[in-house]
Amino acid sequence: MERTVGTDIRRPEGPDKVSGRAVFVADLATPGAWFGGTVRSDVPRGELLGVDLDPAFDWDRVRLAGPAEVPGANVVAMINEDMPVLAEREVRHVGQPLLLVAAPDAETLGAALAAARPRIAPLPAVLDMEDAPDVLHEILIEKGDAPSALARAARIIEGTYRTDTQEQMYIEPQGVIAWPPDASGCTVVRGSMQCPFYVHKSLVTMLGTRADAVRVIQVETGGGFGGKEDYPSVLACHAVLLARAAGVPVRMIYDRHEDLAVTPKRHPSRVRHRTSVADDGTLLAMDIDVLLDGGAYTTLSPVVLSRACIHAAGAYRCDHVRIRGRVVRTDHVPYGAFRGFGAPQVCFAVERQMDRIAGALALHPAELRRKNMLRVGDTTATGQRLETSVGSVEVMERVLARSRFDRHAWRSAGVAREPHDSQGARKRTGVGFSFFFHGAGFTGSGEELLKARVRVELDQGGRAVVETASTEFGQGTIAMFTALAADALGAAPEDIRIAAADTSRVPNSGPTVASRTCMVVGGCVMKACAELRARMSAASGDESGPFADRARAFLAGGGDGLAEVVYASPPGLVWDEEHYRGDAYPAYGWAADVAEVEVDLDTFEVRVTRFLSTVDVGKAIQPQLVEGQIEGGSLQAIGFAHLEVVTTEGGRFLQDRMATCIIPGTLDTPPIEVELVEVPFPHGPAGAKGVGELPMDGGAPAVASAIEDALGIHVDHIPATPERLLDAWLRAHPEEAL
Amino acid sequence: MNGAPDTSFTFTVNGESRTARCAPLARLLDVLREDLRLTGSKEGCGEGECGACTVLVDGVAVNSCLVPVCQVDGAAVATVEGPGLEAVREAFLAEGGAQCGICTPGMIVMTKAWMDECERAGRAPTAEGARKALAGNLCRCTGYGKIIASAVAAARGESR
Repeated sequence: MERTVGTDIRRPEGPDKVSGRAVFVADLATPGAWFGGTVRSDVPRGELLGVDLDPAFDWDRVRLAGPAEVPGANVVAMINEDMPVLAEREVRHVGQPLLLVAAPDAETLGAALAAARPRIAPLPAVLDMEDAPDVLHEILIEKGDAPSALARAARIIEGTYRTDTQEQMYIEPQGVIAWPPDASGCTVVRGSMQCPFYVHKSLVTMLGTRADAVRVIQVETGGGFGGKEDYPSVLACHAVLLARAAGVPVRMIYDRHEDLAVTPKRHPSRVRHRTSVADDGTLLAMDIDVLLDGGAYTTLSPVVLSRACIHAAGAYRCDHVRIRGRVVRTDHVPYGAFRGFGAPQVCFAVERQMDRIAGALALHPAELRRKNMLRVGDTTATGQRLETSVGSVEVMERVLARSRFDRHAWRSAGVAREPHDSQGARKRTGVGFSFFFHGAGFTGSGEELLKARVRVELDQGGRAVVETASTEFGQGTIAMFTALAADALGAAPEDIRIAAADTSRVPNSGPTVASRTCMVVGGCVMKACAELRARMSAASGDESGPFADRARAFLAGGGDGLAEVVYASPPGLVWDEEHYRGDAYPAYGWAADVAEVEVDLDTFEVRVTRFLSTVDVGKAIQPQLVEGQIEGGSLQAIGFAHLEVVTTEGGRFLQDRMATCIIPGTLDTPPIEVELVEVPFPHGPAGAKGVGELPMDGGAPAVASAIEDALGIHVDHIPATPERLLDAWLRAHPEEAL
Repeated sequence: MNGAPDTSFTFTVNGESRTARCAPLARLLDVLREDLRLTGSKEGCGEGECGACTVLVDGVAVNSCLVPVCQVDGAAVATVEGPGLEAVREAFLAEGGAQCGICTPGMIVMTKAWMDECERAGRAPTAEGARKALAGNLCRCTGYGKIIASAVAAARGESR
């Protein structure tokens, strides 16, 4: 029975958010707390000789923590244990933490940080990923025999595509508060984060202590988008060291400048495509080379590369595919997770390559996609046969019907345009398109290894308490779980409470990443609720009357009100991690975007004037929240395409303030017209798949395609800034150069 | 701080008279959040770019991170915690205008300023008007569509 799923309930935490009552980390009252800060490297690479403490400052007023104060291992435990909590001798990036300072107030902290001067002997830095000798991780995917197919190809179309880094720009900067060990020896951290158990793991490793001696609690979190997946572990390690040194709680809450300067951003990419294609547009062979800049340490890069490689051939059928991916170590600030996790970069490349092929064959871009799109029964680049919940045709045809893009005379670069100054207005318009998919959940056997656990427990008041580690940071986790639990229990939303993500209270349902919260964790929530409902039903044989009354009667009668579920993958999934073959994801979300742009021929400023997205998420558990995800993700993708510039010089991010690190505001934002298509996934809760990352993938190539249509120049490098467009324009129109 | 000795400043906040003893150039945002423990106004950037700290001073929307407290001595300050915002809050809840919630206080206060401005000028509230009014408030979650819809619904006294 579906009563709440598919309708829009209000966010249970919404009233606190609209009244100023919601408590974010900076809002926590912490009487007696000190302020923590970080002495950092100002060079990308070197040997740390020491940190000079200016004797003019009274160092008795503050407490310091260096590598010697780390009780356990001096590593931030993530995939590999190569990143130190604090550098000892080797300095690998600008902003690397060297020494921590706690002070009773912000002014004293500022004075102390200014009086601590690192002495670093600089070494030559590796700042160009093309020259980086050190490969952090590589992946090879082979389907059929692409090298042979390309060797005998009559026509090979080549393209090289680049994407710069991108800043998550959650509006709440990173922050945690750590308390010194309590009487029982337990260290408590509260903070803004996506993954409390990641933070827990890193603290247990750094402290060299027992799992139950660390407690991590997520508080209201003001946006994440992947940016609060790994970095809160670093920040928590620092805050805990200072709380131990100072013997009081320590607040480490970055200001925007520090956040922008040192926290991980999207991996810059360079992707090369070589494609053999038949006269009618059929893809015959694809050879794809993916290169990502990982920055100074491994962090999450191997997994980002994995998702990038699996999505690199796009949502297309091709018998011969070879994908070679590498992520290399440079001396940049480590790059990390940002919504899409490698897929937006490779989606940009493959979609632009499809447009290039369309141009070369004089085929319409929509027609080329129709001919090659994955459908039920086709196999992906990893050889996964798509059996069910494939909304490819529906999303493509629906967005074309809405936009009439297939009747738009799209013009590739090189097709002659009317002289631009004959139009009167020095503006050109264009329309672009993209078609894409995104795997939901962890890659390959990731979910099997993690074995997410979820508990649902009836409390004394007769409410069902859903206990997971999944965090709410705007996506609607709380409302979505509430709806799933209410329907599975035969209860009303008011009968459900979602427990806070506190590692001492909830089981480990895994990190809140990878578009897995609804499909994987939500599925477990439904199962646990169904089990409780079956028990209650068996005990009373009656489902009439308010749920809370029935739940209390069930408990009073000695019923077991606690159900725990461990995630089990859908049957029949097979994944070969060594050869990257098989069922990469249980299900894929599908989408198609159309962007309309206007480009000013004097300033080369791009304005996106309309944006359409049709998306198959299986089932929209809360349609309004799903629309919110797609609208917000699409705007981040539009920003990625042409507006959001983050550049580095000497290993330093040049845009280190909000005034220079631009994200779209209301006036940069077109109307975003979302349409939901539901092709249910039988193993997902109520048919749902993932939605979080999907809308980040297709917006940038659609906008780039529209700019190409408008200007007649290739747009192979984003963001497509006015400077880049002017350069490309002048290469195409040398007579206009001054 | 700022060299000047602490001074007493008296102003109303959400209709109640409050006195803060602090440096004249202390940021209004810090005085509200720390001295008066009104933590609804948020700091997203500290330089007037994001609008999360928006409050009304004598009915005019300002970035409280850019306003020294000495400038509001004797003034009426209104924050997201204050009265008179029920319709705006209701609209943001109904239309899905709040996601992570960190920009929401600024959006709500700015929406109220825009509604008051429309009323004073006798202008019909439109989506285009809301879009312009909220141009200085950044949100990274929503893509703004549902925020604009919330603002318009609040101004027109309708919400679903």
